[in-house]
Amino acid sequence: MIHALWAMISDDLPALQIAMPLLAATLCIIVRRRWAAWAVAMFVAWGAVANAAVILHRVLTTGTISYAEGGWPVPWGIELRIDLLNALVLLVVTGVCAIVLLAAPRSLAAEVPEEKHYLFYTVYLLCMTGLAGMTVTGDAFNIFVFLEISSLSAYALISQGSTRRALTSAFQYLVMGTIGGTFILLGIGMLYMTTGTLNIVDLGNRLAEVGPNRTVLVALAFITVGAGIKLALFPLHIWLPNAYTYAPAVVTAFIAATATKVAYYVLVRFVYSIFRVDLAFEVHRLDAVLLPIAIAAMFAGSLVAIYQDDIKRMLAYSSVAQIGYMVLGLSLANEHGLTGGLVHVFNHALMKCGLFLVLAAVLLRTGSTRIEAFAGLGRRMPLTFAAFVVGGLSLIGVPLTVGFVSKWYLVLGALDAGLWPVALLILLSSLLAVVYVWRVVEVGYFTPPPAGAEAVTEAPFSVLLPMWLLIGGTVVFGVFTSLSVGVASAAARMLIGGAS
Amino acid sequence: MIEWGLYNYWVVIFLMMTGLYVVISRGNLIKKIIGLNIFQVSVIMFYISMGKVKGGTAPILEEGVRVYSNPLPHVLMLTAIVVGVATSAVALALVVRIKEAYGTIEEDEIRVIEGEEEST
Amino acid sequence: MTSHVILRVLLKLLIPLIMLFALYVQFHGDFGPGGGFQAGVIFGAGMILYALIFGLDRAREVFPPRLLEVLVATGVLIYGGVGVAAIFFNGNFLEYSVLSHDPVHGQHLGIMLVELGVGLTVASVMTTIFFQFAGRGRTDD
Repeated sequence: MIHALWAMISDDLPALQIAMPLLAATLCIIVRRRWAAWAVAMFVAWGAVANAAVILHRVLTTGTISYAEGGWPVPWGIELRIDLLNALVLLVVTGVCAIVLLAAPRSLAAEVPEEKHYLFYTVYLLCMTGLAGMTVTGDAFNIFVFLEISSLSAYALISQGSTRRALTSAFQYLVMGTIGGTFILLGIGMLYMTTGTLNIVDLGNRLAEVGPNRTVLVALAFITVGAGIKLALFPLHIWLPNAYTYAPAVVTAFIAATATKVAYYVLVRFVYSIFRVDLAFEVHRLDAVLLPIAIAAMFAGSLVAIYQDDIKRMLAYSSVAQIGYMVLGLSLANEHGLTGGLVHVFNHALMKCGLFLVLAAVLLRTGSTRIEAFAGLGRRMPLTFAAFVVGGLSLIGVPLTVGFVSKWYLVLGALDAGLWPVALLILLSSLLAVVYVWRVVEVGYFTPPPAGAEAVTEAPFSVLLPMWLLIGGTVVFGVFTSLSVGVASAAARMLIGGAS
Repeated sequence: MIEWGLYNYWVVIFLMMTGLYVVISRGNLIKKIIGLNIFQVSVIMFYISMGKVKGGTAPILEEGVRVYSNPLPHVLMLTAIVVGVATSAVALALVVRIKEAYGTIEEDEIRVIEGEEEST
Repeated sequence: MTSHVILRVLLKLLIPLIMLFALYVQFHGDFGPGGGFQAGVIFGAGMILYALIFGLDRAREVFPPRLLEVLVATGVLIYGGVGVAAIFFNGNFLEYSVLSHDPVHGQHLGIMLVELGVGLTVASVMTTIFFQFAGRGRTDD
């Protein structure tokens, strides 16, 4: 019977990637019990991870998957199109979703009232639907729809924080995020106006025939700015520090590792598959715009992070810097640079999610994420703090961690493009990361806990497990790079070649 | 210099800039939401006016009509309208909660309250 | 309550008509402007109008919030269910053509069911949002 079921659904895996979390979200509302909702969410999330792994395997062996939703033939109907780029991002998104859910019950209990937990899991699954949908679809307008689904769920999740500043942070994110999404919609409209199609592959082909056109230039500008707002690209990153700091700890871990990554994927998809390298970089000089902004992001993010006393805020600014690295990879437009950017999507998700889960554990045990709460934590919560140290080393880019792998490819890409000052700047900004990581390490290991501090024990297992899964991953994938770098470099080759 | 045949794009630009101006310049949170709505409506206008075919009627099947306007932008904008409604709903829910938590919905007063909270 | 006599009498006549109109818009979506979302909003407006004039507590008895919550989920389940059912009939996701003995009837059935789900969800969501906003500060929500 299992075989019959598998035979029926095995062709429809891309569609099920979107449908299953959506239906599970409705089940979560109906069941209402906290643990039942969590069980439904876990079942579907891990099922989605398995689905993403099978899809990645299929793309690696048989090539791009194309699925016509509703049975309508491809350029007219909505196509779900999964190539190497999507498959990697899909795996990252579903993996983070599932792993963070492991820590959710214990961590949420401290911040969200228990009778609201089933609603939390519902919105969490809706966010996952939006993110997965954005990743697998091959239709430009569909990207906008799922982008708004995931963003609205994210605003709702962020507003669940325990302080009232969570509400204003969510509102600020809402206003900026909606403007960004509407800019993307406007850009898509202009592209539709010049080509008459919304399918990504078809758009790319027809744009190549259209030739030099001011409408296309304006569309590129709107889409870049819109995606830049969603991506928190400096100077459009204003919403990010507040949103990450005041959201519940698991929500920060989830959003930090997925929302900006998928926005980055959307930017890469539009620039490389629709506008393509010639139009975007040779004719319209997108690299001259994005490269200085990315470098500014790297430095501004790291510099401001150094002066933060709230460690969640510090990691949020560090994320702004890491997004700068990813956009740097995009703007270099050569194989090594783009590989660096894409593999950093994978690596940064591992690092940041793990680090924010460390903060979730610290918040759970000590009640605060300020640097004073970290005093003496190295002795009181050894496993948790060791995870922070390893994650911090990865942020800096020490060899044998994933951070090094991304920076290596970015430096190679900069050298390939003949921009050795950029390579130097990448190394300099990594030194800035040393400063803010060392601040926390010093307080954790070399400062005695304050005299009146209550006894603090190690984090609960349900938070330690996902934390170490991710942080362990930063070391494992830093040594055995063949999966992440292999897929990323194959995807980069394919994108730069302009084929799909 | 002004192309009068393209007046629909001028309307779109006017609405878009009005909406963005209201979002940026007004401190009251409800006014910001209104500005956001105006901005979204401008994009809806853009798509619909782009879909008009010369001599075409509304894209509803009728006896004896040969030329229809493009139905695809209409369908896309149905979705966009729903997205706008959902965004307004979430924003208004947040404003209700902010009013209960802070006692005010003026952005500058909220900033003062948050600043005092930070320094204590 | 007696000061709203005109409104109450008028609404007792109008609200059923509003709901009937909503059903008309729901099923007329195939042939003219209409469909699930529009019908859901009109139906929700009818329920909200009842709550405005007859009081929130009466409205909560007529449309229990927990039932509305379940209806929200049921509407989406119907929509997704149609999509998954199409998979079980050996089609693609949301391929309505395979749902019946010939493609045209399949499309008809599929669209009708999907719009039904949408209408159900939208009506329940609109009413739930109103109950949540209006109910704040009255009971301890």
